[in-house]
Amino acid sequence: MSNPVMLEVKGLTTKYITRFREDVYAVDHVSLKVEEGKSLGIAGESGCGKSTLALSLMGYYFPPLHYTSGEIIIDGRNISRMDPDDIRRDILGTEISYIPQSAMNALNPTQKIISFIEDVVQAHEPSRTKKDIHDLARKSFEVLGLPAEVLQKYPVELSGGMKQRTVIATSVILSPKVLIADEPSSALDVTSQKMVIKMLKNLLEHGFTKSMIFITHELPLLYNVTDDIMVMYAGQIVEKGTAQEAVFDPLHPYSKGLMGSIIVPEYGLRDVELTAIPGVPPNLKNPPAGCRFAERCKYVRAECEANPVPLHDVGGGRAYRCILSERELRDFYTREAHMREAHQNAG
Amino acid sequence: MPDEKNLCLSGSGLTKVFGFGRQKCVAVDHVDFNFYEGEIVSIVGESGSGKTTLAKILLGLINPTEGEVYFQGTKRDIGTQKKKKEYWKSIQAIFQDPFSSYNIFNKIDAVLLDCIHMRGGRRLPRAEKVALMTEACSFVNLKFEELTNKYPFELSGGQMQRLMIARIFLLRPQILLADEPTSMIDACSRSTILGMLMNLHFETGMTLIFITHDIGLAYYVSDTIYIMEHGKFIESGTPDEVILHPKEAYTRRLINDVPKIHEEWDLSTV
Repeated sequence: MSNPVMLEVKGLTTKYITRFREDVYAVDHVSLKVEEGKSLGIAGESGCGKSTLALSLMGYYFPPLHYTSGEIIIDGRNISRMDPDDIRRDILGTEISYIPQSAMNALNPTQKIISFIEDVVQAHEPSRTKKDIHDLARKSFEVLGLPAEVLQKYPVELSGGMKQRTVIATSVILSPKVLIADEPSSALDVTSQKMVIKMLKNLLEHGFTKSMIFITHELPLLYNVTDDIMVMYAGQIVEKGTAQEAVFDPLHPYSKGLMGSIIVPEYGLRDVELTAIPGVPPNLKNPPAGCRFAERCKYVRAECEANPVPLHDVGGGRAYRCILSERELRDFYTREAHMREAHQNAG
Repeated sequence: MPDEKNLCLSGSGLTKVFGFGRQKCVAVDHVDFNFYEGEIVSIVGESGSGKTTLAKILLGLINPTEGEVYFQGTKRDIGTQKKKKEYWKSIQAIFQDPFSSYNIFNKIDAVLLDCIHMRGGRRLPRAEKVALMTEACSFVNLKFEELTNKYPFELSGGQMQRLMIARIFLLRPQILLADEPTSMIDACSRSTILGMLMNLHFETGMTLIFITHDIGLAYYVSDTIYIMEHGKFIESGTPDEVILHPKEAYTRRLINDVPKIHEEWDLSTV
């Protein structure tokens, strides 16, 4: 633990209040830590709370999303109970920055890119002169491999991938401590996706941002980008570990299922049998009392449905949320692998 | 792979040109292919390579500027609306966006009943029709009792895409054309949908044509892969030939641009 912690979250819980006054806890006691220079990936199906977590981490809540409890500490500064206006002025953009999937839609079609950047900088640092901002923009575009001509163009003149990269470059222009990228490349084709990913990795390496949280359901992408991976299910963390561990040696049955659905064009894929998890995530209006995955789990037991399952810490930064021991789970997985192999040889 | 190869769908010199003069755009450029019965084919290319235009030509939705489509060895004739309807009994499609695939004013029963009627089951007793619909729904893990009296927009994206497969199950066409069937759903539901399509293929022996930009998916499912660039098929062959030993630079680039898990992903090439 040599690096300083950039983002620390302790037991963060946030809820949506629906128009029928029902509480939906979309982020439920989430704790995490990201050190300087590191990136954390968040994986999970659609509807399991990934994006809500991203929104909650900014500390800037607007209805129907409401803060319930927990702490968000950015580089030693607790922002969890700050006034929304203060957060907007002092935190967003300078301490924590957010890139949504459709980031490119943030651009104003009637404004040149440079005046968009001017607006962003002046909103936080009103004393900066235009010339100063231009120099700053040109310098960071150069390091990030974006042509400087882009600054003088209108958004319609740029391709989707270029717009996305422009907005990403703008979001880190004030060197935030944490960058949250929520599916930044899902709307793009593979080549633009690769450019965006390369850029995000550059951001970390060149210190444009001190740490990064990357959210996607594309596991191969996550594996290639981040140092650690956290798997979410129904608002809770079900597994934490390094990217290597989470992809090649998952413990929780849900993560195991997710990793079984990876499709990549490389040798040996055609011999792998894809696994699918049957069913859908539970409705969080009235979540199950016990394990939230119990309904869809192959290894479910009577005890699973009785009490909430705590996150079981294995040490070395690894944790999983299941009542079965590491040993039992691994036994299940090896037995299944053997059975599949026997089945394949027979067929 | 099928034992004896019967031609199912083939094309010679298929070309589609949009616009004229300076705005001329050749979307599909002299494409030749032979798809055999029971084969799983993938057509892979980036956006703008002409995949979807080719799909529309195959479906008979737009006419090619040049070239001919042959269906089961004979020239396809879809000159009149009646002949077109007859042709659509043998070829059906699943599109990328399930939300826009349904008539929003028709309830789910109407969607499925239509399929039964198309197969000539108009005069079946109601109970038999319900039995057929229930069977189709259970094939895709949906419960028919929960769906009756619902409108398409009340379902989730994954459910709608599965209902699309239930339609195909009832229609039993000889050819199913799937245009980006999984690009709008997450990785986990993707394997569910793929599993269902594979079951359907296994049960009915239909020819499956995948149109996709997902080269991993193409590698996983197909018997033959065609790579499309600027309206031309530049490379084709078995998945192992095309993906593991690509000949064209374009194919190599497509493969390199996708993140891998066992091999190093080279980011320096963009």
